[in-house]
Amino acid sequence: MSQFKELAIQGLWKNNPGLVQLLGLCPLLAVTATITNALGLGAATLLVLLGSNVAVSMVRNHVASEIRIPVFVLIIASLVTVVQLLMNAYTFGLYQSLGIFIPLIVTNCAIIGRAEAFASKNAVLPSAIDAIMMGLGFMLVLTVLGAAREILGQGTLFDGADLLLGSWAKVLRIELFSVDSHFLLAMLPPGAFLGMGLIIALKNTIDSKLKQKEAVAKGSIARARVTGAAQ
Amino acid sequence: MIRAISKNALALGVVAVLCVAILSLVHIQTEPRIEQQRQASKIAILSEVLPSVEANQALLQDCIQVTDQALLGRSSPQALYRWRKDGQLAAYLIETTAPDGYSGNIDLIVAVTPEGTILGTRILNHQETPGLGDKIEARRSPWIFSFNDKTVTDNNASKWAVRKDGGDFDQFTGATITPRAVINAVRKATLFIQQHPELATQPANCPKQ
Repeated sequence: MSQFKELAIQGLWKNNPGLVQLLGLCPLLAVTATITNALGLGAATLLVLLGSNVAVSMVRNHVASEIRIPVFVLIIASLVTVVQLLMNAYTFGLYQSLGIFIPLIVTNCAIIGRAEAFASKNAVLPSAIDAIMMGLGFMLVLTVLGAAREILGQGTLFDGADLLLGSWAKVLRIELFSVDSHFLLAMLPPGAFLGMGLIIALKNTIDSKLKQKEAVAKGSIARARVTGAAQ
Repeated sequence: MIRAISKNALALGVVAVLCVAILSLVHIQTEPRIEQQRQASKIAILSEVLPSVEANQALLQDCIQVTDQALLGRSSPQALYRWRKDGQLAAYLIETTAPDGYSGNIDLIVAVTPEGTILGTRILNHQETPGLGDKIEARRSPWIFSFNDKTVTDNNASKWAVRKDGGDFDQFTGATITPRAVINAVRKATLFIQQHPELATQPANCPKQ
């Protein structure tokens, strides 16, 4: 049980693929203009990650280490194509609005990174859990960034959710405020960079606060300023 | 050495064959559904520009390819659908492109009667600035409906412009280039229809979609 807890903490917080490993930044920055797109791409990435981790973990003892990278790439590329075909068939509107970023999941280093760093060395179940946690961590960052940009940019939440979930989801759309001219910076790519930077800064602040608290609880002296050790 | 290499090569080959098999299976399974979705989304767009008409398969089939870079904005063929009511040609639905948008091409579809009255128009594809130029989309602003029932004649060319240029159409605050491009594209597509009366009788020749 403690291993699962550790995996969850690693994927969602300590080693979050979006915030700490900074992998997959291209889709992360490009599609987060609305929360719907963010959730759609997050779910697709999670699915591919889960499939690839399970498959890689299953073949890990049968594949010689010289050819493991091409095998991983083959597995990941096939999975992405499968997800692409399924999205094209069942969520056509979302498929069109995500466009090129679905096939680009292949190049998301978070996926081959987990295959190489975790799944190739662990059994199927922990690999699957690692994939789910890492995928959720990535999805979480996408969603937070998407929500922030959508609120700031056009004052709505879940705009176009029907593309992802079917026409009933039109009721999910929340109009927080309506403005004549949108806040362009939030909707264009520079806004994504700024938002991403702020989220990383927030995470680092929380981490350092936690560390300080821990140090105080342990009874060690919390120094106001720590100078480097003398050479 | 040779043994290890050939063993690895064989293993890679087996994985590749397996992946191809899975992909083919999924492809065969999803192909009809994807085709259906594509047609449904096309029909949905066609019925949006043809008010109070149920667009159907027959309309999608009655399609010819046309090319005119000067009036339709593209050097490649574009689709033109013919809508017949009781056997009479009632409207053309023509795909056209505004090559002079603020950032890249704007693709539209225009429904127009053979005489040159606009029934409706919609944007298919664009990369205009979100929040400024994207008011040409029907879901963001009713602007695109201002084309309905407008007519292109020989002597009203000056009315086909934004108000700033002395025309009949509103511009957007902060974005004049985008509506200008769309207005021009719609007018030119209508001119194309008026200049080619032979379009009514050409045999349908669109590749099967």
